[in-house]
Amino acid sequence: MSDDLREGRIVIVGASLAGLRAAETLREEGFTGSLTVVGDEPHPPYDRPPLTKQVLLGKAAATAVGLPMRRDPEAEWRLGVRASGLDTVEKQVLLADGESLPYDRLLIATGTRARPWPDAEQGALDGVFTVRTVDDAGRLAERLDAGPSRVLVIGGGFTGSEIASACRERGIEVTLTERGAAPLVGALGGVLSIFADRLQRHHGVDLRCGVTVTALRGDGHGRFTGAELSDGSQVEADIAVVALGAVRNTEWLADSGLAAGPRGVACDAGCRAFDMYGIVTDDVFVAGDVSRFPHPLYEYQMMSLEHWGNAVEQAKVAAHNMANPGPRRRPHLSVPTFWSSQFGLNIKSVGVPTFSDHLVIAQGSLEQGRLVAVYGYRGRITAAVTINMAKWLEYYRHLIETAAPFPPAPEAADRSAAASFPIHSDVPDPAVLSHGPTVTLTGHLPDRRLTRVWPTG
Amino acid sequence: MTTETLLERITDYASRPNPFPLYAELREAGGVARQTDGSYLVGTYDEINALLHNPRISSDRRNLTVPYSGVAEGEEQLPASFIRFDDPEHHRLRSIATRPFGPPHSAGRVAGMRDEIAEITEELIDAFRDRKRVDIVDDFAYPLPVTVICRLLGVPREDEPTFRQWSETIIEGVDIRAGEDPTERVRAGEQARTAMGRYLLDLAEQRRGNPGDDMLSAFVNEKDPAARLTSEELMGTAATLLVAGHETTVNLITNGMLTLLRHPDQLERLRREPDLMPRAVEELLRYEPPVQMLVQRTPLADVEVAGTTIPRGAPLVLVLASGNRDPQRFRDPDRFDPAREDNEHFGFGGGVHICYGAALARLEAQIALAALLRRLGSPRLVEDPPPYRSSAVLRGPRHLPVEFS
Repeated sequence: MSDDLREGRIVIVGASLAGLRAAETLREEGFTGSLTVVGDEPHPPYDRPPLTKQVLLGKAAATAVGLPMRRDPEAEWRLGVRASGLDTVEKQVLLADGESLPYDRLLIATGTRARPWPDAEQGALDGVFTVRTVDDAGRLAERLDAGPSRVLVIGGGFTGSEIASACRERGIEVTLTERGAAPLVGALGGVLSIFADRLQRHHGVDLRCGVTVTALRGDGHGRFTGAELSDGSQVEADIAVVALGAVRNTEWLADSGLAAGPRGVACDAGCRAFDMYGIVTDDVFVAGDVSRFPHPLYEYQMMSLEHWGNAVEQAKVAAHNMANPGPRRRPHLSVPTFWSSQFGLNIKSVGVPTFSDHLVIAQGSLEQGRLVAVYGYRGRITAAVTINMAKWLEYYRHLIETAAPFPPAPEAADRSAAASFPIHSDVPDPAVLSHGPTVTLTGHLPDRRLTRVWPTG
Repeated sequence: MTTETLLERITDYASRPNPFPLYAELREAGGVARQTDGSYLVGTYDEINALLHNPRISSDRRNLTVPYSGVAEGEEQLPASFIRFDDPEHHRLRSIATRPFGPPHSAGRVAGMRDEIAEITEELIDAFRDRKRVDIVDDFAYPLPVTVICRLLGVPREDEPTFRQWSETIIEGVDIRAGEDPTERVRAGEQARTAMGRYLLDLAEQRRGNPGDDMLSAFVNEKDPAARLTSEELMGTAATLLVAGHETTVNLITNGMLTLLRHPDQLERLRREPDLMPRAVEELLRYEPPVQMLVQRTPLADVEVAGTTIPRGAPLVLVLASGNRDPQRFRDPDRFDPAREDNEHFGFGGGVHICYGAALARLEAQIALAALLRRLGSPRLVEDPPPYRSSAVLRGPRHLPVEFS
């Protein structure tokens, strides 16, 4: 049995971080069969976090972000071709160029793409960008080099905020719009979003919260010139960056019979995909941003995480489980983590801050611009966010893993008076934000019927 | 034997060449051992790691509930440097000290010293010419980092005999020796620190308005008022940097050479594969760490560690060298493997107090060991084990005589 799993044909759809790490891990696990990796971008696997940071700052070329390979996965790389369909009965992946790839086991790691501006014509104006790929970032960086008079960033999530930060660091005027009450409110809740709000204003961002962009305007020759806002105001700018969150790349699975939809591909804790009846498959696995998986620390809610660390960890678990039989399989249990650098600050998080009802500033303070915010849900610690204090994070990770009581004992050396007073974490409904959430806690979608049962006879 | 005397046995000079069986005893006893004097030793990887990152563990000895022996109440003493403070004071002082040394303000400073370090290294080895036998400590591993720290700080190299004396007295003062009244030793250490601090302050003052490319100049000419050190803070900070630059890298280089001479196959391998040196240095930091234990921590509240409650204010000794050999964390931990993967050792401590000079120490050790391997023909140990320095904390050979052809 176990020997069988070390052989055969494995196809990985998705040639980014999760796909690469899975390919490497498969070889480490002793898989000797044929391995094919399909990617719709023409580039070998590359690292996305620098795209909104070093690349936009002009400190790294867009071509210099390739992911180092831990080992040669000895795979056949099918780059620049999109997967267009999946036949789970015949066990083959259909490619956009008409070819089909047969597999014994399949890993779905197609990730996400940037959510486009809803009006396609406006979105096509010259000067309107999204940032998801290396090509996007390279083109935007070039435009920033040209010294635009103003950049409009639409959406105050992490991506939008990092882009605004890069622009300000380069001395470029920035207007950022966010439909929610403050930047980062969707990921970090009310308290830290007020901090982010002050921070952005302090760094000269023209911040417009509680508004939406209603239209992007052109000059009549296809060139972006500005935008209209829901409060009746207008913004003149040469560049608009649409940072409205991500869309999961699941359309190609529409007819596959898998539990795939706008919220991702549902899988079990061992990364095995569910079909649309909720039956777990044993030959289709999922990893990375496109997956939805149950997490025991968060009441087994189905979660989607757009996090670098999750892509790595989940890919390793998926690959291990693809090459090992039942009793040797492992669950994907790692505590979610992410980081961001913006406006000179290092923000790091463990756990799921949005899974909270209260928080407490356990160390440091908002005034110092250095702090640890600990989030709790119904009396246990569920997350911690550090600003310029990442070295303490490991301690809080342990508290989260062991479901330690919230609030934590206020005994840190650098506690402030606030350490004894939990406050509401004030996490908004994602529906009020401009941008999609980077962590999605999802139940089922009761309004979405995938099958209809007809009585017969 | 009871684990209540472990600290006594570890600090016993007879254990210096090989304390590792005692560390194994500590781990096998559950990782936490209360000592008869009320202090606690911690020796397992996970527990040490948790304590290094625990915000309730203080590095400030004023939080000890047992009065700190050595310094009498109200006695004048030099203010502590960042290593003896907790956040936020620790952070403020360490950030200021980092400004002329590392990122973000001085990114590339350490890397920029590569050529200079290589040059000093080659000069020291050039002096071995016509000799068949050298002392790796006195002839090489001591003068190299001392010369480097002197240039970095802006301290005249020829004053070395003076500050060497201070440095040794300071190190004696922070050593731990179970069952001995440390009062005099600690007081002498504090006096030496103050003397060294005054000396360094005087050097810095000479550069006020007339800065060179050294750190003392940078400290005393800082323009941002929020990033300025008081005279006393400058004394404490600069003394710490000079002592640390002196007393730790010498062990790393010497322990490194000793380990390689004890593993000739690995020595040969590193000669063939010099690119392996950075990883070999990480392994040396795990296998023979220059700082064996952290001795000045105490809990701000009762903390539970591996089932034992360590009371608030109790002296806490984190035995880093033991965590580095924990078989629960490192496969085959007593094997020296210069190509070891997944090697997150405690060679530089961890958490917010992680070694300030780690990047410099790494670079010095990599250059120094690579040069020794390249230039010494068939080196042999003259004495094994070699004679050790007295400190159990900063453990390393006092001399390492080596013959070569």
